[in-house]
Amino acid sequence: MHFEHEIEGGNFSQAGFASSEIKKVLKQLNINIKVIKRVVVALYEAEVNIVAHAYHGKMEVDVDTDKIFMRLTDKGPGIENIEKAMEEGYSTASTEVREMGFGAGMGLSNIKKNTDELYITSKVDKGTTVEMTAYLNRE
Amino acid sequence: MGSIKTEDKKLTIKDISVTLDAKLVCTDQSGPLTINRAFASDLMSDVLRLDEGDILLITGLANVQTIRTAEMSDIHCIVFARGKKVTPDMIDLAKENNMTLLECRYSVFKTCGLLYKAGIKPVF
Ligand SMILES: Nc1ncnc2c1ncn2[C@@H]1O[C@H](COP(=O)(O)OP(=O)(O)OP(=O)(O)O)[C@@H](O)[C@H]1O
Ligand SMILES: [Mg+2]
Repeated sequence: MHFEHEIEGGNFSQAGFASSEIKKVLKQLNINIKVIKRVVVALYEAEVNIVAHAYHGKMEVDVDTDKIFMRLTDKGPGIENIEKAMEEGYSTASTEVREMGFGAGMGLSNIKKNTDELYITSKVDKGTTVEMTAYLNRE
Repeated sequence: MGSIKTEDKKLTIKDISVTLDAKLVCTDQSGPLTINRAFASDLMSDVLRLDEGDILLITGLANVQTIRTAEMSDIHCIVFARGKKVTPDMIDLAKENNMTLLECRYSVFKTCGLLYKAGIKPVF
């Protein structure tokens, strides 16, 4: 099953809507609640990253019998040093983003913690792609 | 003898609102009615890091993202400390997700202290 959602950069009032929709679907599919929590936290962090750091993006989720594959692509500033961005506490979040409760520099490490596979590619001034896989039936 | 083990102590939403002299902004009966553990933070990624759901969140951050974060974390009860006001769009989203919201005028520190004294345990 394939799902897609558009994500608007800078629009914090809508941030999390896409992840919320996916959460509802996963619940309906009776997926293990622990897996749902992991997947949804990773998706939400990646969605908020687009809202906080990029201009426009897309969330794609493929639910299979053995795994959930998620891809978030955006047009945005990109990430110059992915390794550094992965470090806990590293953040370039603006004051506005911090006022919304984000910008702790924990998002990417949260994503790593909650997924079985994580693959990030990015081009400066072009955009970023975050691909995540969570395997089912492993809990 | 006959004393309740503190780790088993559970507070109802009513207990919590009395303890904190807090205003119940919205309640949902289908949510869990008792709370025994809590976490306090204004950083949403900190909240998203927790493994357990069904805890009480104490925060001074009152915006729609607080509710979204709670939704993703399976948190059904939030205390907004420091006199932060809940907005109508926060209430709408909270209702959709069976959440109970409370407004409390005390500082985060005092809020936590009172709940701790009442028997609420930390997540870690
Ligand atoms: N989609 C993206 N586009 C551009 N830069 C990004 C993107 N995602 C992450 N980054 C960069 O990586 C840094 C670290 O991201 P991470 O999600 O770990 O922390 P944060 O978003 O700054 O704060 P938090 O997630 O804790 O609220 C960001 O501050 C930003 O510089
Ligand atoms: Mg982030």
